[in-house]
Amino acid sequence: MKRTLFRNQLLPWLLLAPQLAITFIFFLWPAAQAVRQSFLRQDAFGINTTFVGLSNFKALWNSPEYLNSLQVTAIFAVLVTVLSMGFALLLAVAVDRMIRSTSVYTTLLVWPYAVAPAVAGILWWFIFNPTIGVMPYFLDVIGYDWNHISSKSDAMTLVVIASAWKQISYNFLFFVAGLQSVPASLREAAAIDGAGPVRRFFDITVPLLSPTTFFLLVVNIVYAMFDTFGVIDATTEGGPAQATNILVYKVYFDGFVGQNMGSSAAQSVILMLIVIALTVVQFRYVEKKVAY
Amino acid sequence: MIENRPGLNLLAHLTLMLGVAIVALPVWVAFVASTHTATDFMSGTIPLWPGPHLVENYARMLDAGVSTSGTPPVGTMMWNSLVMALLIACGKIAISITSAFAIVYFRFPLRNMAFWCIFITMMLPVEVRIVPTFQVVADLGMLNSYAGLSIPLIASATATFLFRQVFLTIPDELTEAARIDGAGPMKFFRDILLPLSRTNIAALFVILFIYGWNQYLWPLLITTSSDYYTIVAGIKRMADAVDGLPQWHLVMATAMLAMLPPVAVVIGMQRLFVKGLVETEK
Repeated sequence: MKRTLFRNQLLPWLLLAPQLAITFIFFLWPAAQAVRQSFLRQDAFGINTTFVGLSNFKALWNSPEYLNSLQVTAIFAVLVTVLSMGFALLLAVAVDRMIRSTSVYTTLLVWPYAVAPAVAGILWWFIFNPTIGVMPYFLDVIGYDWNHISSKSDAMTLVVIASAWKQISYNFLFFVAGLQSVPASLREAAAIDGAGPVRRFFDITVPLLSPTTFFLLVVNIVYAMFDTFGVIDATTEGGPAQATNILVYKVYFDGFVGQNMGSSAAQSVILMLIVIALTVVQFRYVEKKVAY
Repeated sequence: MIENRPGLNLLAHLTLMLGVAIVALPVWVAFVASTHTATDFMSGTIPLWPGPHLVENYARMLDAGVSTSGTPPVGTMMWNSLVMALLIACGKIAISITSAFAIVYFRFPLRNMAFWCIFITMMLPVEVRIVPTFQVVADLGMLNSYAGLSIPLIASATATFLFRQVFLTIPDELTEAARIDGAGPMKFFRDILLPLSRTNIAALFVILFIYGWNQYLWPLLITTSSDYYTIVAGIKRMADAVDGLPQWHLVMATAMLAMLPPVAVVIGMQRLFVKGLVETEK
């Protein structure tokens, strides 16, 4: 809290005006519209709207497609998070042993952060292209017939790899920072007591790294759920047979392609609740970190 | 390092080299593809080393593009992306720094409410309110314009919080001294707060530039005229159109050009990038 303040009454509102105006026009108003529309149903011509209570939500609950999308999103988020964080932790632990080459390796590992999800999707889509891609060529040698256009699991693998790849650099940077904050004295003490590198890693590094790990878990889940739209759209477009149709893609598809406003709005409201829940979790954690 | 274990050091180096190779693989493949001609992919064997057509392919994309896909030349799309990224980054910084100034240095009625309004934007990413936001922008006649591409994205709770944190660490004595010297709030803002937050602004700019350049869903929705296509959104349209007639070398050249500016920013300003990344997550 500041003790010294300025006394103007009008000036702070002028300073806040641009941010508040944009917040109201492009954030709060559309969000309120989404909530309103989620309780309405439009007729086929979009002329008459009737209040239908919770029936849009009930319809979603009874829709196998939506339940499938929920399941796909959960599987996708878990796979992306585990793959990306696991790989990043491995690299961070390796870099933590380095003395002179740390910065070289860091530079070589951080740049995928800057690649757009849609571009990452295009790159991996090209690598896995069934006719001319590099990977199917090698997979064919070991007897696997790769085809993400018809195989559900191949399509999921493709979007998971493309999404996890882009997130490795972010996780790597935070794990490296987390490892550096583990006091060397603790590891030295354990070494003197006869604990080998593996034991030290699991008994000292892993527990002390848990705040970083927890924070990254939340960030990665948010990333996988909301920022991977570009990956999906550039590679599988939710297919084949809804196998990669994550919630965010479904909102877009039902709203813009299917023109089903009530259902799309209800899905938006559900997504908002998910984001709010994740944000609350994240902020609880930040408070804890301050209390350390 | 606790003890000297050459075996483990070797293992660490091997892991890192493998990691770097895996991370670089898709970009290498794209780069190689972008230096060949369409016929090189037809033969059945995939080229693994760059071919002789690098300059030719890139010059063609920058200058003319693929006429059949209905996308403008890549040069135009890169220009649109640059304008959008700069508008988003500068816009977010400008409106957030003034908001943080108002919230930290003034006491006024409804101050808490204003703070919460800004906070809520964090919970409303564009993906979850996509249809109604599109309607608002369409009603305001902002489709196919730079304003439509950037303004709906520039409210930022993260940047506001960051500047609020920075301002809270600036000692009160500076404010008192400024007031004794007769400085009004705006003079204090311009001559003391702005210079003191310079590195934070720069770090934030790096992160926001990448954020802006990489926007996909929003430009895809609100640009129907090819004059306003951004490169990240345009590449998908190009790949779709190319599907019938395989011109992978040109799509991959575009992909390389789409990632070049943000990757260059990350590598060139790595220190600021890491600072920005860590700070925005506080």
